[in-house]
Amino acid sequence: MNSFSYTRAPDVASALRVITAEPTAKFIAGGTNLVDLMKENVERPTRLVDITHLPLAGIQRTKEGRLRIGALATNADVAYNELVERDYPLLSRAILRGASAQLRNMASVGGNLMQRTRCSYFYDTATPCNKRTPGAGCSAMEGINRYHAILGTSEHCIATNPSDMSVALLALDAVILVVGSSGERTIPIAEFHRLPGETPQIDTNLKANEMITAVELPPRGFSGHYEYLKVRDRTSYAFALVSVAAALEMKDGQIGEARLALGGVAHKPWRRKEAEELLNGKPAAKDNFQKAAEALLQGAKGFGHNDFKIELAKRAVVRTLTQAAGSER
Amino acid sequence: MRVNADTNTSSTAAPSLPSSTEIALKVNGEKRVLRIAPWTTLLDALREYLDLTGTKKGCDHGQCGACTVLLDGKRVNSCLTLAIMKDGSEVTTIEGLAHDGELDPLQQAFIDHDAFQCGYCTAGQICSAVGLIRECHAKTPDDIRELMSGNICRCGAYLNIVAAIEEVIGKKRGVAA
Repeated sequence: MNSFSYTRAPDVASALRVITAEPTAKFIAGGTNLVDLMKENVERPTRLVDITHLPLAGIQRTKEGRLRIGALATNADVAYNELVERDYPLLSRAILRGASAQLRNMASVGGNLMQRTRCSYFYDTATPCNKRTPGAGCSAMEGINRYHAILGTSEHCIATNPSDMSVALLALDAVILVVGSSGERTIPIAEFHRLPGETPQIDTNLKANEMITAVELPPRGFSGHYEYLKVRDRTSYAFALVSVAAALEMKDGQIGEARLALGGVAHKPWRRKEAEELLNGKPAAKDNFQKAAEALLQGAKGFGHNDFKIELAKRAVVRTLTQAAGSER
Repeated sequence: MRVNADTNTSSTAAPSLPSSTEIALKVNGEKRVLRIAPWTTLLDALREYLDLTGTKKGCDHGQCGACTVLLDGKRVNSCLTLAIMKDGSEVTTIEGLAHDGELDPLQQAFIDHDAFQCGYCTAGQICSAVGLIRECHAKTPDDIRELMSGNICRCGAYLNIVAAIEEVIGKKRGVAA
């Protein structure tokens, strides 16, 4: 790990001041991803700004009936929160499919949104990586790419976003609340993470001098019919090969509204309105699920080792929708 | 990770390092004051500065769980925790689990069930299991397996580890009933 300086931020304004004055500084909360990347020499901040003393850990209902989750709430705080368990069980389930109990006790919601890819070439500073060093080339493209993206890739990067939480947040239409030196703004989760394109070094649309303060969920949590399926190389404590978040509003055996998102397949959690529209107002039947799966995976492209993920993802979608549509929880 | 005090290295110019900082931790019930660098992990602080070597360094990347300790009552990976961020916190390590010469029920259960071979992961396994029991989310052996998945045992003593934890949970439930 390179040497760095440390600042404990007493309030949001001073945290923003430090990060604005020193662009090579980084915020730290749970540290589970950042400290690891610093040990690997992938992240080399000159200063860490400790934001864990800011009052951003609460989880509460807003006047409008939305759920506001503070950026510093730990993954465990959220997953086991009684409001989340009751009204947004899809989110609870997705979070509990990620990491280990220890890491969930440490990792924050904001940090989960900001975590970087686990592409092994991104981690290995001895190999070229466009995300680490723009223009260096992508080692995964013709390397070992079993875990890599099949959707939304570019010729510069085929890394995936590793978050489970973000897949559920996308299905639930979450909004990210951020603050910067020029004030507050909100970013819909669908626009928070970005595709690699020409600039794979940029993971999100958060600006360099902005901080995530909270995540907000709309009142509707799809607590009746939902499922989060995570397919991975071992049963627990592994990143997704493919994950599926499905949430359905059921009316008389028909699907009123469907939400469908994929993890482990792209540089961002993947959702396509066209796939959901194929389900809305239709019976919960396998051929409809199959059509939605085809639409969601449209344009998918493998890179050798990960070719199987295209068919795997389709089957996982059908299975997840079948389970979600099944028993009322 | 440690500031290298070895003067016999070939590099001549000493790098300029940010000054070390004094922090206080309550470790196993005792207040300990130590001077650390910003990059000193809690794991290194415990092992190298406080000579509490019961907590083990396995992968040093949060993947194996050997470094698990209880921080303010919750199980965490001490290898990914920067000590400087935890000034004023309470830490319980494997050395702090026994009371008045009597082993923690989990320590005794690990012995009774032969829940280890080489023992390297054991301190982390036991601290993790203490955290798991406090969290109250494990109702079945499958829950135990899932919620202990952050602790890897290279010897493969999992069957006996789960049995040991199950026994302690069962005894606590018996007391509560």
